[in-house]
Amino acid sequence: MRPHTITEKILAKHAGVKEVTPGELINAKVDIALGNDITAPIAIHEFRKAGAKKVFNRNKVVLVPDHFTPNKDIKSAAQCKILRDFAHEHKLTHYYDGGDVGVEHALLPEKGVVVPGDLVIGADSHTCTYGALGAFATGVGSTDLAAVMITGELWFKVPETMRFVFKGRLRKWVSGKDLILRVIGDVGVDGALYRAMEFTGQAIERLSMESRLALCNMAIEAGAKSGIIPPDAITKEYVEKRAERPYKFYASDPGAGYSDVLEYDCADIEPQVACPHLPENTKNVRDVGKVPLDQVVIGSCTNGRLEDLAVAARILKGRKASKNVRLIIIPATPHIYSEAMKKGWFDIFLKAGAIISPPTCGPCLGGHMGILAAGETALATTNRNFVGRMGDVKSNVYLSNPAVAAASAVKGFIVHPDDVVK
Amino acid sequence: MKFKGRVWKYGADIDTDRIIPARYLNTSDPKELAKHCMEDEDAAFASKVSPGDIIVAEKNFGCGSSREHAPIAIKAAGVSCVIAKTFARIFYRNSFNMGLPILESAEAVDNAASGDILEVDMDSGEIRNLTKGASFQAKPVPPFMQELIAAGGLMESIKKRYAAG
Ligand code: SF4
Repeated sequence: MRPHTITEKILAKHAGVKEVTPGELINAKVDIALGNDITAPIAIHEFRKAGAKKVFNRNKVVLVPDHFTPNKDIKSAAQCKILRDFAHEHKLTHYYDGGDVGVEHALLPEKGVVVPGDLVIGADSHTCTYGALGAFATGVGSTDLAAVMITGELWFKVPETMRFVFKGRLRKWVSGKDLILRVIGDVGVDGALYRAMEFTGQAIERLSMESRLALCNMAIEAGAKSGIIPPDAITKEYVEKRAERPYKFYASDPGAGYSDVLEYDCADIEPQVACPHLPENTKNVRDVGKVPLDQVVIGSCTNGRLEDLAVAARILKGRKASKNVRLIIIPATPHIYSEAMKKGWFDIFLKAGAIISPPTCGPCLGGHMGILAAGETALATTNRNFVGRMGDVKSNVYLSNPAVAAASAVKGFIVHPDDVVK
Repeated sequence: MKFKGRVWKYGADIDTDRIIPARYLNTSDPKELAKHCMEDEDAAFASKVSPGDIIVAEKNFGCGSSREHAPIAIKAAGVSCVIAKTFARIFYRNSFNMGLPILESAEAVDNAASGDILEVDMDSGEIRNLTKGASFQAKPVPPFMQELIAAGGLMESIKKRYAAG
């Protein structure tokens, strides 16, 4: 057999064939199918329209109404009710509501719902996050989700893989977020279109799981179908205590075929900032110039995890956010929320003048809990800075890691964390 | 399938937030979505678009979120088809699944301006620019996708498969 990439191996296994070739169309079995309060109502409508009576497996269809939670208005409440009624009718084991709900892509890995070796589809583009666990995970639309809810299978085109090798050690204040922003800056928002991105190298081997999740989260921002990190000891440590099903580690074979191989020396990678209005407009934080801020948001499926709040707490301890800045901190899940509180970070955040939001997508997609007015500028640890993403079409969003965000909240304009913490 | 319509020309990397901003995603009613179609890119679009009109855009049309509301809004606004240099992956899938005709042709995009009249033959992939008197050939739609369209979309093909046992 030819050597294969980890992505090809997972796809072959789920298609029930020995091997697959990039470009080939396959029908594959799906381990987890995810929908949220924006995408699932359409999928549920299609499901019913097709005359389906049962989901293919009530343990494998996951619904997370996280975008407008707690319901921001009557229309979003109606959307969520569609999910709630469907979840009860089909006795779905993975339905999260009220105080159990968190941002989907933070919640599923944390709860062990997604495990290494899985094939996951989600009607949400950031489903690619789970590649951090060594799973093949990709975003699809609502009709695809409906098809999987009925059949448990979906068609896929086997992607080519681009390999990214990160050598050396990360510099201070640099995290998985900076690596992916740098890559998107280099290849562009369609630089990995239709392809899988595989992340390897010494720096990745040493990268925490939370940083890996942030890294894979933004593969879609390079147009990729999926991002993946070959599972290792760090993966094992993370999933061992969480996995609710048996899992399998796959690895790429030496000599496997890649469409491109890009190498980075991490000694050259500074904290990155993506400027409006595309994630590819990245610069070293020191090259951004003086950008005054009206709002800073620390949260989302990219950077709303404990590691992210930890670095924010470290920087904000004993400091105050600038008078001009509304600082909004959103722990991504109830568990993260409670841990952050136990660690005393809420005190630090509140003394810094921050607003602490319950877990929600909220302002990340301009939903609620921190919308921008015309002419306002935000720095966010989220993943998209499209026109109007966080509010008015005339508002601006910059993207960064949580250290840069926290330090910039203190100064009132975008700065390097070294300029705040000596 | 043949379409004739007026061109609305847009640039590169038109993301799904520009096609249908998230502030309107608290509904999935096509008529509601159509009212805000392309709003953050071109506020005049939704009120001025006529049935059959064609969106023509540079590379990576539909990048960003997986919201099927994007092709739904475009279709409900009366647009007959979208022609771009390339499409973002999820948008491409969604369009086929819910029946919005799309074609890729760099030449047709380079040679079209807003207001031109195009005639598009989906079966042959021929795009004729009647204003400029030029004709272009779009990239052929993969046979698998053609089968999906012939079956009436993904859900119809699944219904057929299930009925066949
Ligand atoms: S946090 Fe933002 S990017 Fe992540 S799922 Fe929610 S809306 Fe999407």
